[in-house]
Amino acid sequence: MFFNFMDELRAAGISASLKEHLVLLEALDKEVIRRNPVEFYYLSRATFVKDEGLLDRFDQVFSKVFKGIETSYGTAEEDIPLDWLKAVAEKYLSEEEMEEIKALGSWEEIMETLKERLEEQQKRHEGGSKWIGTGGTSPYGNSGYNPEGVRIGGAGGQKKAIKVWDKREFQNLDHTKQLGTRNIKVALRRLRKFAREGAADELDMDRTINGTAKQGWLDIHMRPERHNAVKLLLFLDVGGSMDPFIKLCEELFSAANSEFKNLEFFYFHNCPYEGLWKDNRRRFSERTNTWDVLHKYGHDYKLIFVGDASMSPYEITHPGGSVEHFNEEAGVTWMHRLTNTYPAAAWLNPVPEKQWGYSQSVKIIRELMNDRMYPLTVDGLGDAMKELTRKQG
Amino acid sequence: MRFDGTKDYVATDDLKVAVNAAVTLRRPLLVKGEPGTGKTVLAYEIAKAMGTPLIEWNVKSTTKAHQGLYEYDAVARLRDGQLGDERVHDISNYIRKGKLWEAFTAPELPVLLIDEIDKADIEFPNDLLQELDRMEFHVYETKETIKAAERPIVIITSNNEKELPDAFLRRCFFHYIKFPDRETMQEIINVHFPDIQGILVKKAMDIFYDVRDVPGLKKKPSTSELLDWLKLLLSEDMPLEALQSKDPTKAIPPLHGALLKNEQDVMLFERLAFMAKREAR
Repeated sequence: MFFNFMDELRAAGISASLKEHLVLLEALDKEVIRRNPVEFYYLSRATFVKDEGLLDRFDQVFSKVFKGIETSYGTAEEDIPLDWLKAVAEKYLSEEEMEEIKALGSWEEIMETLKERLEEQQKRHEGGSKWIGTGGTSPYGNSGYNPEGVRIGGAGGQKKAIKVWDKREFQNLDHTKQLGTRNIKVALRRLRKFAREGAADELDMDRTINGTAKQGWLDIHMRPERHNAVKLLLFLDVGGSMDPFIKLCEELFSAANSEFKNLEFFYFHNCPYEGLWKDNRRRFSERTNTWDVLHKYGHDYKLIFVGDASMSPYEITHPGGSVEHFNEEAGVTWMHRLTNTYPAAAWLNPVPEKQWGYSQSVKIIRELMNDRMYPLTVDGLGDAMKELTRKQG
Repeated sequence: MRFDGTKDYVATDDLKVAVNAAVTLRRPLLVKGEPGTGKTVLAYEIAKAMGTPLIEWNVKSTTKAHQGLYEYDAVARLRDGQLGDERVHDISNYIRKGKLWEAFTAPELPVLLIDEIDKADIEFPNDLLQELDRMEFHVYETKETIKAAERPIVIITSNNEKELPDAFLRRCFFHYIKFPDRETMQEIINVHFPDIQGILVKKAMDIFYDVRDVPGLKKKPSTSELLDWLKLLLSEDMPLEALQSKDPTKAIPPLHGALLKNEQDVMLFERLAFMAKREAR
C-alpha cells in the first residue's frame, strides 16, 4: 500500500523510511483516523515529516500522488460532458431534490449552472484532465469535499472547499529560503569543537570519587570548563554590489559573534589585497596589513569569506586591478596566500546559486577556493560548516 | 481514548489527528512551533482530557539523559560510609529515580512531557533512543531492568535551537503548531474570555495581525501575547475608542508592552507610527 507515495516522498527529499511506512499502516490498522482524506493527510504528515521546513514539499507530493496530476499544474480547461454531470446529480440528489431543482428552472439551465460551478471549482483546484478522469466521481469524493456542486440541491456538504494540502500554508518555512539569526546560529553550531582549557574551576566528580575511594580521604579534583575552542576568521566584503545583502551579512555576523569566542573579523572590498580593515568608517586611515593577519592568526584558524565575488575579472587577476587603490600584487596572489595559510576555508556567497554562472569573477574565485563556495542559505551554510570541520589532509 | 481538545484548549484537526496517532500507537509526539503557540500547554491538556497524571521533565542546557533514568548518589553513600550508617550496605538506597523511571512505573498510565528537548546537548536525544523506543532501561548498580508495564504517552517539545538526530525523529510523530488563523484565534479567545465584547476582540485582532505583519520585527507577538494583552485591556477597562481611533498620533496600540517584547521592535514601531503621522499631514 502506498509504495508509490513513499517513493515520491523520497524523490522529493523527504527521508521516508520503511519504519515510518509501517507506522502509518499500523495507525491505519488501529483506526486512529476516520476514513476521510483530510485526516489521512494529517496522519501521513505527522508520520513522514519531521521538520517544518519540509512541510511544503510534503504538501506538493501529497497533492501529486493522490490527485494524479503533476505539480506544475496544467492550465488547459476541460470541457465537462453533460451526461457526466447528470450522473453526478443523480448520484447525489434524492428524487425530491431533483424535483425541487426542476421547479427552479429548466433542467438544461440547472445543468448549465452546475457546469459553471464545476468549472469554477476546477479553477480553484487548478485541476487538470486527470483529476476528472480518475474515477469520475472523485471530485465529489468519497468524502464529499466538493460542496459547490452539491449545494445547488440544498444538500449542504462538508465545509471545506479548498483541500488543505493545496493551500500550501507552510511555503515560507521551506529550507531553501534565506535565514534569520536563529537559523544561522543553529547552522553555525555544527562548527564546534569542545575543549577544556583555562582555569580549573569545575569540580570533576568522577575523578574526585575515584580518588577518594582510593585514598580513603576526600580527594578533590578540579578541571577547566568545556568551551567551544573553534577559532574563526571572518572576512566580509563591504560596499558596492554587496549593499543589497547588508541585512543578511549583519545577521550572519551577529550570530557568529554570539556563537564563537575566538572570532576575528576583517572587511575587504570585492577581493582581499594587502590591506584589510576592522572599522568601515575608517577604512582608509586604519588598515591592517594582510601579512600581519597571516602571521598573527595560526593555521588552526578557519577562514570564512563572505562576499558576492562579483567584480571585474581584472580585480582578481591583475596587479593594479583594484577599483579603490593601486595594488602592487594581484588579488590572485593574496587569495593563494590566504588559502594556503588557512587550509580550512570556505566562501559564502549571498547571491543565489543559480546566478553564479553568469559572472566570470565568481567562476575565478570559485576555482581559487577549490570549489568551496556555498550559497548563504541554511543548507549552504550547513554544507560550508561540514567542509570546515572536515579533517584537513 | 480520543483527544478532542478541552474546554480550555482549542485543538485544530491536524493536531487532534497527530495526538490521537501518538496516543493510540504509544509513540512519542514531537511538537514544534513559534514560542507562545501552546506547545507545553498541550501536554497539560492531554493529561487533563485523558484524566491521567502528568509527569514533567524540564530539560535545561546542563541536563543529561541519564538524569531522566536514574542517578547514583555516590557522595551520600560516601558520607554514610564514613558515618557508619547501616543504609550504606544497600546500594539501592542511593539510586535516585528520574522522570522516565517515574513514568514507567507509575501506578496509573501517565503523560510524560519532555519539555524543550533542544535545550540540552546535541547528543541528548540519541542517549534516549533505546529508552523511548523500548520503554525500558537497565540499572547497572542494582542489575535490574526497569520496563514500562504500559507504554506512557510521551509529548516532546522543541524550539528548534538544535537539530534533532534522524534516528530520534524516525521514532516520533511530528506536529508543527502553525500560527493560528483568524478563525481559530477567535475560538481561542472565546475559550479564554467568554464574556468579552465582540467588537473589542475584532478591533484587537485587527491591530494584532497588523502588528504581526510589520516587516522586520525581531519577535512577532504570538497567541499567548495576544491573550495577555486582551487580559490587560480588560483589566484596565480600556475604552473601545482607544483601539478604534484612527488618529495617527496614537498609532501605537495602548499597552503595547504586552505585544512587543523587544525595545528594537518598539522603536521600529514608533518609527513607522511617526512616518504614518507625517503621511497623514
